[in-house]
Amino acid sequence: MLLGETLLIALQSIRCNLFRASLTMLGIIIGVAAVITMVALGTGARAAIDEQMAALGGNILSISSSHWFNRGVARDQDTLTTDDAHALAIESEYFDGVVPEIDARQQVEYGNRNLISTILGTTPNYEEVHLFEVAIGRMFNESDDSARRRVAVLGSEIPGMLETDASSIVGRKIQIRSISFDVIGVLESKGSSGWRNPDDDIWIPLSTAQFRVTGNKLVENISVKVRDGVAIELAMVDIERILRREHGILPGADNDFSIMNRKQFLDSRQEATEVFTYLLAGIAGVSLVVGGIGIMNIMLVTVTERTREIGIRKAMGATKGNIMLQFLVEAMTLCLLGGGLGLALGAGASYFAAEFAGWQTQISFASVVMAFTFSAAVGLVFGIWPAKRAAGLDPIDALRYE
Amino acid sequence: MSAIPDSQTQPIIRLEDIERTYHMGAETIHALHGVSLTMERNEYTAVMGPSGSGKSTMMNVIGCLDTPTAGNYWLNGQLVSAMNDRQLAGARNRDIGFVFQTFNLLARMTALHNVEVPLIYAGVKRKERQARARQALDTVGLADRMLHRPSEMSGGQRQRVAIARALVTEPSILLADEPTGNLDSSTGAEIMRLFDILHEAGNTIIVVTHEPYIADHARRVIRLSDGQITSDGPSGEME
Repeated sequence: MLLGETLLIALQSIRCNLFRASLTMLGIIIGVAAVITMVALGTGARAAIDEQMAALGGNILSISSSHWFNRGVARDQDTLTTDDAHALAIESEYFDGVVPEIDARQQVEYGNRNLISTILGTTPNYEEVHLFEVAIGRMFNESDDSARRRVAVLGSEIPGMLETDASSIVGRKIQIRSISFDVIGVLESKGSSGWRNPDDDIWIPLSTAQFRVTGNKLVENISVKVRDGVAIELAMVDIERILRREHGILPGADNDFSIMNRKQFLDSRQEATEVFTYLLAGIAGVSLVVGGIGIMNIMLVTVTERTREIGIRKAMGATKGNIMLQFLVEAMTLCLLGGGLGLALGAGASYFAAEFAGWQTQISFASVVMAFTFSAAVGLVFGIWPAKRAAGLDPIDALRYE
Repeated sequence: MSAIPDSQTQPIIRLEDIERTYHMGAETIHALHGVSLTMERNEYTAVMGPSGSGKSTMMNVIGCLDTPTAGNYWLNGQLVSAMNDRQLAGARNRDIGFVFQTFNLLARMTALHNVEVPLIYAGVKRKERQARARQALDTVGLADRMLHRPSEMSGGQRQRVAIARALVTEPSILLADEPTGNLDSSTGAEIMRLFDILHEAGNTIIVVTHEPYIADHARRVIRLSDGQITSDGPSGEME
């Protein structure tokens, strides 16, 4: 028989029992919407971490002074110096760049505007190692650093915070801690990397910072970019070797610094996200199965209700296959309609989660295909038994059924 | 309509020692007990008998809706007991046109669609199907009721729709099981006149009834009692 006719009969039958069909579909709608939303949230979270990974730009190890306990008292002492950075750069061949960094919260003034911002004193290769782009003007260079010039490069949001724009502030002067600095450039936006936003930082040359602000060689942390192809563990061992020697730490004594691997951190977060996504999608999948059982239930009722119709159709020449197909198509139509509506609902829910809760969501083509295949499969699996029952009815018994 | 050339010469229906037994708990009921008969093309036969005599069972066996427990049944020269589900469905579709006492129309469909149903299963394309269904409805005098649902029609009109549905595939035999049972006498007479016309047009008709005046329309009357044929002859001879 023609599939189109079967589909028409199915649609007609659904229309005749619209309220019941809608209630039945609700199970599938909620199931599919839940799967779509959960997967969208999971995919979004993954994409967010991927972005952070890309922004990280390869394998960056971050070395900082460690905090340790001395006789029960927490001690926090800066131990890293520019000499350490120097030693790392010279003595190991595993690194593409070594970037020492000082940071301090300082008051910044421009005209009659002022704000508190993080001032980062660092070396010119900061831009290259941490993958920043200059939007307008330039980054400071080696000669700015060695001459301790009072020049500053602004994060992309700073001009706005000072109520001006990037092109007009470059070439002007700002006051940092009442010391006048020339603004030589503004960076491209980098976006928040999770725990802090580099777009509202200000960069000045390291020697300028040390000379004008701290007056010593101490630095807060040193970022090291590991050369491609070098194992992170190897790089970490090398850092430990060099710094322990620099700091004169005796064998057996604890390090007075710590090395953090942000990529590793993000990797483990990625894994946790993935597990969570599967878990949520699994729970959502259960609701889809429950919806499928609802479909089966209603299809069984429908078969009983329409026993006489089945008898009539058989007497008019319908084969078992025709009857089976009719009820199977009806179940699958219910499921696919439910799947379509669920998809729309899930997309809406993801949109609202992104818009109002600020979660990153992403509806992938794969999850759409998956939702439809899943609802079709649910229709097939839970429709086949009622359809079989319908097809197996004896025409005479079916015709006599009251 | 059978395409076999020699089907003109062989009987449309040949029953040979047909048995049909039902089991109701421990009891065994012989609905049909050794029924043999043949029917030729363009015969108009009435099957009579009291209720429980097995006439409906015989009708269902002839209509391929019921399977005999024993015995052979040839429909257009083909042994029905050897047919599989698909062939049986094909026989019901092409060779048999069934008219029921309770009409058995699809309540949610229009008259036109009801008549189209057998053609859908015969695989006829929509355009041709609708044209043929319209023509069949025209034949039974319902040209102006095509888009009405059964609930919007009188009993007589419903039975006409059922007759149109039975005729639309141009079957070898029209089987009518108490076609006037649910109709008042004047509507019943109308339906019987329609059968007369159909018979004159060359159709083979079997009518199950327990009303003598309906049997009078037929040319041949078969009487059943307790699942056995008690008499078989031209109408009007007994009484």
